Amino acid sequence: MSVYGNKADIPTTRIIPKKKKDLIKTIIDQRQLIILILPFMALVLVFNYLPIWGWIMAFQHYVPGKGISGSQFVGIANFIEAFTDDNFINSIKNTLLTSILKITTGFLSAITLAVMLNEVRSIAFKRTVQTISYLPYFVSWVVAVNIVYMALSPADGIVNILLTKSGLVKDPVPFMGEPKYFYWVVALSNVWKNVGWNAIIYLAAMTGIDPELYEAASIDGAGRLRRIFAVTLPCITATIKILLVLNIGNLMNAGFEQVYLLSNPSNISASRTIDVYIYTYALRSGRLSYGTAIGIFNSTIAITLIMISNYISKKIDGYGIF
Amino acid sequence: MAKKTQVRILSSIGYKRLTAEDLLIDVINYIALILLCVITLYPFINTLAYSFNNAIDSVNGGIYLFPREFTLRNYEKILVENPAISTALFISASRAIVGGSLSVFATLCVAYLLSRRNFVFRKVLTPFLIFTMYFSGGLIPSFILIRNLGLINNFLVYILPGLVGAYNVMVMRSYIEGLPESLIEAAKIDGASEYRILFTIIWPLSLPVIATITLFVAVGQWNAWFDTMLYCGSSPKLTTLQYELQKLLTSASAYASNDSDAMMNSGEAVANAVTPTSIRTAMTVIAVTPILFTYPFLQKFFIRGLTLGGVKG
Repeated sequence: MSVYGNKADIPTTRIIPKKKKDLIKTIIDQRQLIILILPFMALVLVFNYLPIWGWIMAFQHYVPGKGISGSQFVGIANFIEAFTDDNFINSIKNTLLTSILKITTGFLSAITLAVMLNEVRSIAFKRTVQTISYLPYFVSWVVAVNIVYMALSPADGIVNILLTKSGLVKDPVPFMGEPKYFYWVVALSNVWKNVGWNAIIYLAAMTGIDPELYEAASIDGAGRLRRIFAVTLPCITATIKILLVLNIGNLMNAGFEQVYLLSNPSNISASRTIDVYIYTYALRSGRLSYGTAIGIFNSTIAITLIMISNYISKKIDGYGIF
Repeated sequence: MAKKTQVRILSSIGYKRLTAEDLLIDVINYIALILLCVITLYPFINTLAYSFNNAIDSVNGGIYLFPREFTLRNYEKILVENPAISTALFISASRAIVGGSLSVFATLCVAYLLSRRNFVFRKVLTPFLIFTMYFSGGLIPSFILIRNLGLINNFLVYILPGLVGAYNVMVMRSYIEGLPESLIEAAKIDGASEYRILFTIIWPLSLPVIATITLFVAVGQWNAWFDTMLYCGSSPKLTTLQYELQKLLTSASAYASNDSDAMMNSGEAVANAVTPTSIRTAMTVIAVTPILFTYPFLQKFFIRGLTLGGVKG
């Protein structure tokens, strides 16, 4: 809009030719800027958009030696195969269960931590806790999973030592060895890694709360706990809602790195998410067309969910994510 | 009125004298937060203790906060005697430094241009970039593309694909948009070129957000392992620390106790022996140390960067 400056002055009949001329002139004027951004946008085009061309593979029996142009077309056979493949159906279930559990525990833990930090009076103590709580966020999943394996080891992991010493369980629990524990291992290790980081945004929302609200609540006789539930939490519901809506787009994304690294042959029936399935059963075993078909399915659902979440957030908030 | 301000403690906490409820909540709150710190830090301290403990002695377990038989043997093994791991360490550091600085430069350029209200392609390029945040062609098409481009077993594969991260661009853009436009106008009137404006005006004013993005991309590079496994796993000269660590993790989780081989040794061999666990803990410490010495100092910046860029999107 503002590119052309005083648009109102241009007579209506000449808008199109004038605009075109202006556009060329602006491009020449801004050639320095364009030269600066061009190589970077070319990289984005190549690495983020060009792979979409590879989607053709999903409708082929792709053979690497022959390439996309030489491979035989098979229609939607790969998609039909996917939906008759029990392991793929299982991977959809695992993806949804893992992501829902991760989102729920992630939200509850981050909001709780933010409320707790907000109640701390000593600035130095608050800073220290925050600094410590960010550490796991910055370490890699490789390191984090290493730590999870050490902590949950049935032989000498601290969690099992505490559980058996306190008498809560009789024998050490094989957390990594059984599928039934897997979703919780993923969700809780995710909380351990990200809770401090995720609390930042809620804390920021809390600093914006008008102190007079607390004052008024106090005068009305509300105790401290009551003020948390009657003032703090209601004041951040807008933030909570928006972040929840944004997370709808993550439903099909259980987090590849974490789940893949935590997976092992004995928990595979729970750890086989869509991403893990594509990597281990398609890419590594050379079933490229099949893996691409599953990937397209996943991307399509994901982008639909993001459109939905964008639509909802526009309804709630007035502006969406794009 | 005067009475009320007199007893005010801290705006968000309370206005009256501390009640029993206040104290109780304080006690519970402090205990819970200290517990959180313990849960967060203990695994790191435990790993540190194991990494400095004699490998054979560690097999007996029971090491918590301090090493029982102190040794530097595990680190010596990694850093001096194992060329694969020292090469990996070098590649990881190169990724973080070279990839990180190029990425920050690219992010700054793109963010600056997208923040310029009169930039002719702003309306086209902004959604073009944002779209990549939510959508990807998928693992296999990307893999085939990288292979066709000849980037397999090539250091460039660590740098080029992720050079411009949409999220980082958006965080930096919101920051630059907050700078006064009159500065740019004034520089233009003085006849400064676009490049001059970017590097003598925008760059120094954006240092807080540049520090934040530097932290994000350098840590991202340092922590990456999947691209190594995917694209450079077969090239011993290009593997990274995280990848080597991940390989040890997989081999260790495959069989429950892998320390038995080492226990067969005796005498001097025992003193010098290392186990997969001891090597793993020492490598974990090396992988965490650079992070530990950077993020606390940038805390002020990234919190501001995150809340500014994250909320506005």
